[in-house]
Amino acid sequence: MSALPSNKFDFLCQDVRKRSGLVLGQEKAYLIDSRLGPLARKEGFASVEALVDAMMRGDHRLCVAASEALATHETFFFRDKTPFDLFENVIAPSLKSTRMGRQLKIWCAAASSGQEPYSLGMLLDEIPGLSADILATDMSAPVLEKAKAGIYTQFEVQRGLPIQRLVKHFDQVGDSWRIKPQLRQKVRFEQANLLDDFARYGKMDVIFCRNVLIYFDIQTKAKVLDRLAAQLADDGFLLLGAAETVVGLTDSLRPISGHRGLYAKPAMAAKLASAA
Amino acid sequence: MKTCLVVDDSRVIRKVARKIVEDLGFACEEAADGQQALDFCKKTMPDAVLLDWNMPVMNGLDFLIKLREEPNGKKPVVVFCTTENDMAHITQALRAGADEYVMKPFDGDIIESKFAETGLV
Ligand SMILES: C[S@@+](CC[C@H](N)C(=O)[O-])C[C@H]1O[C@@H](n2cnc3c(N)ncnc32)[C@H](O)[C@@H]1O
Repeated sequence: MSALPSNKFDFLCQDVRKRSGLVLGQEKAYLIDSRLGPLARKEGFASVEALVDAMMRGDHRLCVAASEALATHETFFFRDKTPFDLFENVIAPSLKSTRMGRQLKIWCAAASSGQEPYSLGMLLDEIPGLSADILATDMSAPVLEKAKAGIYTQFEVQRGLPIQRLVKHFDQVGDSWRIKPQLRQKVRFEQANLLDDFARYGKMDVIFCRNVLIYFDIQTKAKVLDRLAAQLADDGFLLLGAAETVVGLTDSLRPISGHRGLYAKPAMAAKLASAA
Repeated sequence: MKTCLVVDDSRVIRKVARKIVEDLGFACEEAADGQQALDFCKKTMPDAVLLDWNMPVMNGLDFLIKLREEPNGKKPVVVFCTTENDMAHITQALRAGADEYVMKPFDGDIIESKFAETGLV
């Protein structure tokens, strides 16, 4: 339990929800101390409560930092494996035939520290005849810094990353491992909040938006999904996390039967179903 | 049941590794150096070998090279598990026929993900 008085707890929940979509229910109150404690100390506050007081006085920078600190940034290379198998076996063959050598536009919409877009970059390197422009965005500046640097610990490169790919795509720097420049150059990182307008990115052939909607309330999930659909090419694909779905949230996207986590616009989903 | 041979000169590491591979559903056998491991494999080829590098009598790399020359010696999936965590050692191990490579310290999740990578689990 957080020791915050209820008016401060309520302020924090509302502020974080407004900024990032994250729903911080009573059952998640334990996160407040474990995730805001380090921020409070770093900023020189005696307690989390003192930090929240400063946020309530309107310190915008601290509010942003608190939202970033409260988000879950957990990720790893080739996480869940299935989405990457789907990319190789379903998405790539489908788009290859229609794109005729044009670069695919791929967007990782909650890329965290970069493991997801870099995994895609490694995979693309192994698929002949297909190249892509990979855009990776996240609302959090610190994780984007890490993503751009492309430097990972020994522990991070051992979760989900086959050794052959480590050898091929990383340089060893002291105790760490750094993504080789060729791969780093394939991914563009930008700071972007899913709650804000993202039409400027143009139509995407493939959108990875995994393990972020799960933290939002139903209305926010529905709105973001509708806007992602508007951003998707008519024959494009959306991938969500294992615990996420479009079902019951939007009519602009449909699950593709037999392929867990894979979604498309209704006409495309119907076409794939009849081809199967 | 699939068999995993754990090769390490440290009893403590063997015990930790045994727990992990048994939890993954393997029958576990142990060897304290490369020669013991080779003798074991000549009798019964395991499905998997979790292999340390630096050991007395015969080291992990020499064992691996000899194993791959044995009849049926290509069958076991060999996962190095060692404190030798630099690129030169890794590429040397891969050239000698290792399937995966774990840098110590390791935990159950890492072994599981490496075993999954090679189709063992
Ligand atoms: C759990 S990570 C998922 C990383 C990766 N997609 C994966 O599945 O491994 C969730 C990320 O979403 C980001 N995030 C949370 N709310 C966001 C928002 N409103 N807009 C953009 N990114 C957000 C967080 O900063 C965090 O890095």
